Amino acid sequence: MKSAFPIVTVVLAIVAAWYVAAALMNAPLQRDLYANAGRTDYSTQDLIVDSLNMERPKLPGPHQVVGELYKLVFATPPTSKRSLVYHGRITLEETLVGFLFGAALGIGLAVLIVSVGWLERSMMPWIVASQTVPIIALAPMIVVILYQFNITGLAPKAAIAAYLSFFPITVGMVKGFRSPDPLQLDLMRTYSATPAQTFLKLRAPSSAPFFFASMKIGAAAAVVGAVVAEVTKSEDGGLGARLLAGSYYGQTVQIWAALFAAAALSAALVGIIGLIGRIAERRMGFVQ
Amino acid sequence: MNARRLADLLPPLAFGLAVLILWEAGVRLLHVPTIILPPPSAIAVRFATSIPTLAADFWQTIKGVLAGYALGCASGLVVAILVDRSLFLRRGLLPLGNLVSALPIVGIAPIMVMWFGFDWQSKAAVVVVMTFFPMLVNTVAGLESASAMERDLMKTYAADYWQTLFALRLPASLPFVFNALKINTTLAMIGAIVAEFFGTPTVGMGFRISTEVGRLGIDMVWATVLVAALTGSLFYALVAGVERRVTFWHASYRAREV
Repeated sequence: MKSAFPIVTVVLAIVAAWYVAAALMNAPLQRDLYANAGRTDYSTQDLIVDSLNMERPKLPGPHQVVGELYKLVFATPPTSKRSLVYHGRITLEETLVGFLFGAALGIGLAVLIVSVGWLERSMMPWIVASQTVPIIALAPMIVVILYQFNITGLAPKAAIAAYLSFFPITVGMVKGFRSPDPLQLDLMRTYSATPAQTFLKLRAPSSAPFFFASMKIGAAAAVVGAVVAEVTKSEDGGLGARLLAGSYYGQTVQIWAALFAAAALSAALVGIIGLIGRIAERRMGFVQ
Repeated sequence: MNARRLADLLPPLAFGLAVLILWEAGVRLLHVPTIILPPPSAIAVRFATSIPTLAADFWQTIKGVLAGYALGCASGLVVAILVDRSLFLRRGLLPLGNLVSALPIVGIAPIMVMWFGFDWQSKAAVVVVMTFFPMLVNTVAGLESASAMERDLMKTYAADYWQTLFALRLPASLPFVFNALKINTTLAMIGAIVAEFFGTPTVGMGFRISTEVGRLGIDMVWATVLVAALTGSLFYALVAGVERRVTFWHASYRAREV
C-alpha cells in the first residue's frame, strides 16, 4: 500500500484544482446575477462562496455534486423517479443482462474461431477491423429496429450493451486460447489428446488471465453501451436518460451526479471482476 | 511474397462477400421491410446518391475528431514526460489513469456541449478527455521500457536527462505511444459521434444518425455508419502505417520480414 499516499495526494490536488476551476468559471455568471439583483457591495469572498453554490453553475463545486449524489441516492426513496438508485438499477440491469449475453457470445465465437481453422482465417481480419469501427454509431438504429419487433424496455439497451462488450471479449479470448506455447501443445499431442481434451485441459485453463482482462474491458464497454442506449431512448429512465434530461434543462449538478453514479457503477463492476480474477489467478497458480 | 499475401486476403474477402450476398438474398427472399434491414444494394444506392450530405457530415465530425485527437494525444504525451520525472506522481497518477479507462467518459458529452457550444469545439473537447488517459498511461509505461543496461550506457556517455530522453527513452517508448495512438483513433470517433447525439448544428455523422433514425430513414443511417466505419478504419490504418515506418526496428515488425 505504498502507493496509497501518492494517490490520495493526487486526488486531493484534483479536488483543489476543481474548486479553483469552478470558482473561475462560475464567477462571471455570479457577477451577472449580482448585477441583475442590483447588488454592488459584494466582497471577493462573497463572490467565491456564492459562485461555488450556484443553482445552475457552469461547473458545480465538488461538494455540490457530492451533496446532490447524497440527496438522490440516500435521501430520496429508491422508488422515486428522481432517485439515482432507481435509475442506477435500470442501468445496472441492462448492463448485466447485456454483459452476460455479450460474454457468452464472445467466448462462444472465440471457441469457434480457435477450433475451426477456416473460420479464423476468414473472420479474424473482420473482427480486428471491427475494433476500428465506431460501433456505437449503430446504437440508435438497433433500438429502433428492435422496436419494430415490439421489443422494448430493457432488451434493446441490453442488446447494445451486449453488442459493445462482445467484440473486445472475442478478441481477448482468441488471444487467450492461443496463449499456450507450442511446447505445451506438442506435449498434448504426444499424449494423443483429442482437440476437445487439448481445449479443456490446456487452452481453457491457460486463457484465465486473458479471460479476466477481457471481462473487465467488456464490462466497462457494456456500461458505455447501456448509457449511450439510454440517451437514444430516454423514456424508460436510466443514468443515460438522467444525463440527457440534465442537459435539456441545464441542470448541471444533476448531470454531474448522474455521471459520477455511472462512473461508480462501472468502477464497481470492473473492481469486482478484478478481485475475482486476482483470487482465481492466484489459486490457479498464475501469480506466485 | 505477393502470392502469399493474396492467399491471406482471399478467405476474409470471400467471407465478407458471402455475408453481403446472404444479407441481400435473405432480405429479398424473406421480404424484410426496409425500415428494419435494408439490403446492401439499397444502402449502396443511398450512399451514392447522398454523397454531398455524407461529405458535409464527414467534414463536420472529422474536425472535432482530429482537433481533439491531436490535442488529447499531445497533452497526454507531455504530461507523461512530466509525470515520469517524479516517482511520487507516477505512483499517484497511474492507478487513477487506469481507473479512468474503466469509466464511461462519453458521459461528459452533455457537459462539454454546454461549455463549448453546439459546434465541433465541444466534440473536440470530449475527444481530448477520452484520448488523454490512454496516452498518459501508455507513454509512462513506454518511458520505463528502456532497459537498465541501455540507461547505464547513456550514463557512461555522460548524457544528461534530456539527451537520455530524446536519444533513448522516447524512441524506446514509441511502440507504447503508437499503441495509445491506435486505441485513440477509435475512441476519438466514438467520442465525436456520441457527443453529436447531445446537440449539434444540423450536420455531422452523429446528428445524421440520430435524426434519420427518428425519421426511419434506416438506409441513410447505414450509409452514415458505412462512412463512419470507413473513416475509423482508414484513420487506424494511417496510424498503423506510420507506426510501421517509424518503429521498423521493433521485434514485432522485424519478425515479419523473415
